[in-house]
Amino acid sequence: MDGEDFMPIFFEKKQLVTPGDLLAEGEYLPGENTYVEQNKIYASRIGLVDTDNKKVNVVALRAFYVPKMGDIVIGAVLEVGFNGWTIDIKAPYTALLRASDVLSRPFKPQNDELSTVLNAGDLIVAKIASYDRAHDPQLTVGEPGLGKITRGQILHVTPTKIPRVIGRKGSMISMIKQETGCQIILGLNGVILVTGKTLEEEELAIEVIKKIEQESHTSGLTDRITQLLKERKGKVEEKVEENKNE
Amino acid sequence: MNEKPEKLIDKKGIRSDGRKADELRPLKLQVGVLSNADGSAYIEHGKNKILAAAYGPREMHPKHLAQPDRMVLRCRYHMAPFSVQERKSPAPSRREVELSKVIKESLEPALFLELYPRTGVDVFVEVLQADGGTRCASITAAALAIADAGVPMRDLVVGCAAGKIDDTVVLDLYDAEDKLGAADVPVAYMPALNAITLLQMDGILAPDEFEKAINMAIDGCKKIYEMQKEALKTKYMVVKETGEE
Repeated sequence: MDGEDFMPIFFEKKQLVTPGDLLAEGEYLPGENTYVEQNKIYASRIGLVDTDNKKVNVVALRAFYVPKMGDIVIGAVLEVGFNGWTIDIKAPYTALLRASDVLSRPFKPQNDELSTVLNAGDLIVAKIASYDRAHDPQLTVGEPGLGKITRGQILHVTPTKIPRVIGRKGSMISMIKQETGCQIILGLNGVILVTGKTLEEEELAIEVIKKIEQESHTSGLTDRITQLLKERKGKVEEKVEENKNE
Repeated sequence: MNEKPEKLIDKKGIRSDGRKADELRPLKLQVGVLSNADGSAYIEHGKNKILAAAYGPREMHPKHLAQPDRMVLRCRYHMAPFSVQERKSPAPSRREVELSKVIKESLEPALFLELYPRTGVDVFVEVLQADGGTRCASITAAALAIADAGVPMRDLVVGCAAGKIDDTVVLDLYDAEDKLGAADVPVAYMPALNAITLLQMDGILAPDEFEKAINMAIDGCKKIYEMQKEALKTKYMVVKETGEE
């Protein structure tokens, strides 16, 4: 923090702030969850403040997902429409998935019954193909790894916590995948899909992710998660063996 | 509440409920009380007991109410039939429709409406027990509910009233003072930005008394603001502490 008196800063690192709290004055840049009024930077959400060079950021403790082009999301089919589906992606806007995108050939209403492909309540992994202020987000499933979810378990976390589950350069998520043997797909909208060989493995992965969400803003989290994984792994394997013998 | 006090304020400046002229009623605030709402808050302001819930931003229903260039804030202020002495009909009265509008308009300046066009935020305020000054307490609770829902805000909005009873300007009127007093001035205020978002007056005040009442109400708002911030932090502080063990 600069000692210069013309650029005061009004918080300590990682301090909890609420909307309206004055954060800084002068030549700082407003980052996430902040706004400027008369050359002063204020917080706009409840969260933890931090500076990145001259940028003042608030890491929100409570927020909702705002669609962004290229994001992978997990959504549920709300409605089978005339030439596509409407999908709930846990955002302020419902998304659209077009029939021609799923069928990968020209779509004819008289030949195809859309509800046999995807029905209301089905879950899908999709990518946001386009989105802007004036139009609802459009989804696409035309890439490997995307499409209808057939097995696994779903859990929800606050969207702002997804980066924590991923970890630095994906360290956290790859560790969980490796230790539990589960496939994990993170929807950036805060929905996570866990698919494992056994129920026990899936439940371990879910427990770990929930722990990360709850303790996301504490230090030394990776170490604690590693420890937890090691402790539980043995027990899970024992249980799997038992089930097999039965 | 049944017996009407002889005098609203005595010679020593003590009011009929034992408070001094510039004293607030005891306050209790709690955030995140409803699990099915995106954000919620509960306030006990003296004998007022009010629940507020916020949902959104989400798609507007019915769709024709959505605005192409901004988010729409909708408020519903409602008094439970058992919230007052004489049973109140649960149908929205003229007064409730008016207060819904007044609360909506006092919260709107705190939101970044242009950020999420075509969406809506719904706020439901349910008065469980009323004892004067419910609009102010409702605003305080509604602002907390919106912040708890994770909707970006310029500042928390605080409501507080001042008024005149027996020729004295006092802070935070309760039911009997409101009914028997000379005037009531509810104020909603954003402390960090020093902006008034609601200002009403019911009754008759001299210009200097009016000014005194506003300043008194703003001072009251500032005191409530601190409690409001504390209540919001408490919800997330609990999470933080369990994490650190």
